[in-house]
Amino acid sequence: MELKEKLVSSFMAFENMVDIDSPVHDIRTEAIKTFEVEGFPTKRQEAWKYTSLNSVLKHDYSVFPKHEKALEFKDVKKYFLHEIDSYKIIFIDGKYSSHLSQTTHDGIDVCLMSSALTKPKYRLIIENYFNKIASKDGLSSLNTAFSAEGAYIHIPKNKLVEKPIQILHFSTGNESALMLQPRNLVVVDENSHVQIIERHQSLTDNPILTNSVTEIFANKRAIVDYYKIQNDRSTASLIDNTFINQKQESIAKVHTFSFGGKLTRNNLNYYQNGERIDSTMKGITIIGDKQHVDHNTLVHHIEPNCESHQDYKGIFDDSATGVFNGKVVVEKEAQKTNAFQANNNVLISDKASINTKPQLEIFADDVKCSHGCTIGQLDESAMFYLRSRGIPEKEAKALLMFAFSNNVLDSVKIPVLKNRITRIIANKLGVDIGFDL
Amino acid sequence: MLKIKNLHASVEDKAILKGIDLHVRPGEVHAIMGPNGSGKSTLASVIAGKEEYEVDEGEIILDGENIDELGPEERAHKGVFMSFQYPVEIPGVSVTNFIKTAINETRKAQGLEDMPANEMLKLIREKSELLDIDRKFLSRSLNEGFSGGEKKRNEIFQMAMLEPKLAILDETDSGLDIDALRIVANGVNKLKSEDNAVIVITHYQRLLDYIVPDFVHVLHNGRIVKTGTKDLAHELEAKGYDWVKEEVNA
Repeated sequence: MELKEKLVSSFMAFENMVDIDSPVHDIRTEAIKTFEVEGFPTKRQEAWKYTSLNSVLKHDYSVFPKHEKALEFKDVKKYFLHEIDSYKIIFIDGKYSSHLSQTTHDGIDVCLMSSALTKPKYRLIIENYFNKIASKDGLSSLNTAFSAEGAYIHIPKNKLVEKPIQILHFSTGNESALMLQPRNLVVVDENSHVQIIERHQSLTDNPILTNSVTEIFANKRAIVDYYKIQNDRSTASLIDNTFINQKQESIAKVHTFSFGGKLTRNNLNYYQNGERIDSTMKGITIIGDKQHVDHNTLVHHIEPNCESHQDYKGIFDDSATGVFNGKVVVEKEAQKTNAFQANNNVLISDKASINTKPQLEIFADDVKCSHGCTIGQLDESAMFYLRSRGIPEKEAKALLMFAFSNNVLDSVKIPVLKNRITRIIANKLGVDIGFDL
Repeated sequence: MLKIKNLHASVEDKAILKGIDLHVRPGEVHAIMGPNGSGKSTLASVIAGKEEYEVDEGEIILDGENIDELGPEERAHKGVFMSFQYPVEIPGVSVTNFIKTAINETRKAQGLEDMPANEMLKLIREKSELLDIDRKFLSRSLNEGFSGGEKKRNEIFQMAMLEPKLAILDETDSGLDIDALRIVANGVNKLKSEDNAVIVITHYQRLLDYIVPDFVHVLHNGRIVKTGTKDLAHELEAKGYDWVKEEVNA
C-alpha cells in the first residue's frame, strides 16, 4: 500500500486514540480531507522542483509506534546542551519522555501539546492560535490531521525566560521504519523573550521520516530566538514546516544549522502583521555524501516599516545537493520595507550542486529590497596563504569554511550553543582545531 | 641552507622562471630586485610551494633535501616562511587564534605537543612588543579591514612567532609609509641571526637602506642577470633597470 493510502486509512485508527468531540478534531477531519486531495508534493510543483520526496516515501513507515522504549540520559547526553540549565521537552519515538524532560507551569507554560489539546485551561489559547497560520498544503495538512503531540509553549506578557527551552525528538529504531509528526505551538505574548532549540535525532539506521509543523506567534514587542539543529543520520529525513506570525515591533529569529540527514526540507514562513517588525532567518548548511538540504523561505511583508534579513551559507561536498528558494512578498501597503536576502555557497566537489532562486514580488514603491546569491569554490590563494603558515590542507579548508560561515555563527546568542555548533562543524570537517571562534 | 639549481617554472604553460641559480647560506640576506614582470614574486611563490606553478626543470634544495614535491605546509614545517605581498583576509578568525593554530600545527608535524597556553601568551606578548603591535589588534579578524601597513606588520609578526629558518619577504615594502617601513625592517633585523636567512624581494631600493643585504640579484625575464653587493641596489635606484636590460641584450 502506498504511504498516502496507508496514512488516510490510519486516520480511523487514530480517531480511537483522541477525543473526537473536541473542536480540534473538526480541524483534523478537515485536514485529512485536504491531504487526501493534495497528497504529497511532487517535482511538478514549482516549490518542489528540485526536491523529490520519492526516495523517502517508499518505506513502509509505522505511523503509530507500538512499543515504548526508555532512554538513559547518559546515553543521549551528548545531544543535549547539558552545560546550562534549561527546560526540556523530550520525545522518544514520538512519545513524551517525562524521565528526560523538565517542563514547567510556573508563570509560563512549557509542556505538552497533548495536554494543551485536551485540558480546559488551555482551551482559549488553542482556540485562538492552533492551526491559525499553518498552511493548507498537503504536508502541513497531514500533520494537522494527526496532530496530537509535540511541544506547547506559552509565555505570558512581560516575561524574560532566562533558561532556553530544548525540544528534542529521539527515534530509537524500535520500529523498522517510523514516521513522526510532531506538532508544536509557541505563543509569546507582549514584551516577552524566549529562546528555543529544536533537534531531531535518530539513534539507529532504520528509516525515519519526520513531518513537523511548528506555529509561532510573536506578539507585540516579543522576541523569539529559535535555533534548529539538523545533524541527523543518513537514514533520517526531515520536513520542517514552520510558520511565524509577528505583531508590531516583535523580533523573530530562526537559525537553521543543517549538517546531516538524508533529506531535509525547511519550509520557513513569516507573516508580518504589524509595523516595525524584524524577521531574521539565518542558516549554515554543510553536507556531503548524497545528502540533500532544501531551504524554502517566505516572508510576507504586509504592513509598513518592517524589515527582513536572510543570510544562508551553504558548503556542499561529494554528491550533496542544495536548494535555496527565498520568496519575499511586499504588499502594496508595506511601504518603507527593508528586505535583504543573501545566499552564498561553496561547492567543494565537482559533483555537488546547488539551485538557488530568489523570488521577489514587490507591490509597494518605496521599499529597499536586495538579494544576492553566489556560488563559488574555495579560494585557492587563501588556501595557499594558510598552508604556507604550516596549516595542513584539511585544517586550512576547515578554517576557510568557518570564516565563510562566521557571520551566521556569530549571531548565535547562546554561547554554549555556539560552541557546540562550532564543534559539530569541526567534527563534520574532520578536524580538531583549537581555535575558538 | 637554500640551493636553487637551474630552476624553470611556468604557470598555465607560460614559462616564467627560465633557469634560476641561487645559493643562500645561514646568516645571509639576499635581495632580489627587478622590473615588474621579471618573475620576482613567482620565485617567492615557487620556493614557498604554491601549487599553481609548475616546476619544469631544476631543483630547490633546503638543508640538503629536495623540497620540490612538498606541499606548502610541509615546507613551512621545515622552516620556510613567506611574507605575502597581498595577505588574505580571513573573517572570524582572530590574529591570535590563527597564529596559535599555525604554531601548533607546525609543532604537531614536528612531533611536539601543543605549546602550553602560558608560553604562547608570553611569546605573543614578546613578539608583539618587538613590532609595536597593540593587543587589541591581535583579537581582530585576520587581515580583515587592516590597512596596508597593518597587514605587512602582521605578516612580520607571524614570522616572528614562527621563527623560520628561511624568510622570504615578497614586496613587504609596497604600500608602507616610512614609519611603518622602519618598524617592519627593524623587526626583521631583530629576528636576524647567524642561523637564519632572509630573501628580500623588492622593486625599490629604499627597504634595503634598513635591511642591508649581503647580495643583490637582478632578475630579468626569468633569469638572474646580475649579482652584486648593496651598491648595486643604489645603482639601480639611480639609473633604473634599463641599463641592466641593455647589458643583457648586448
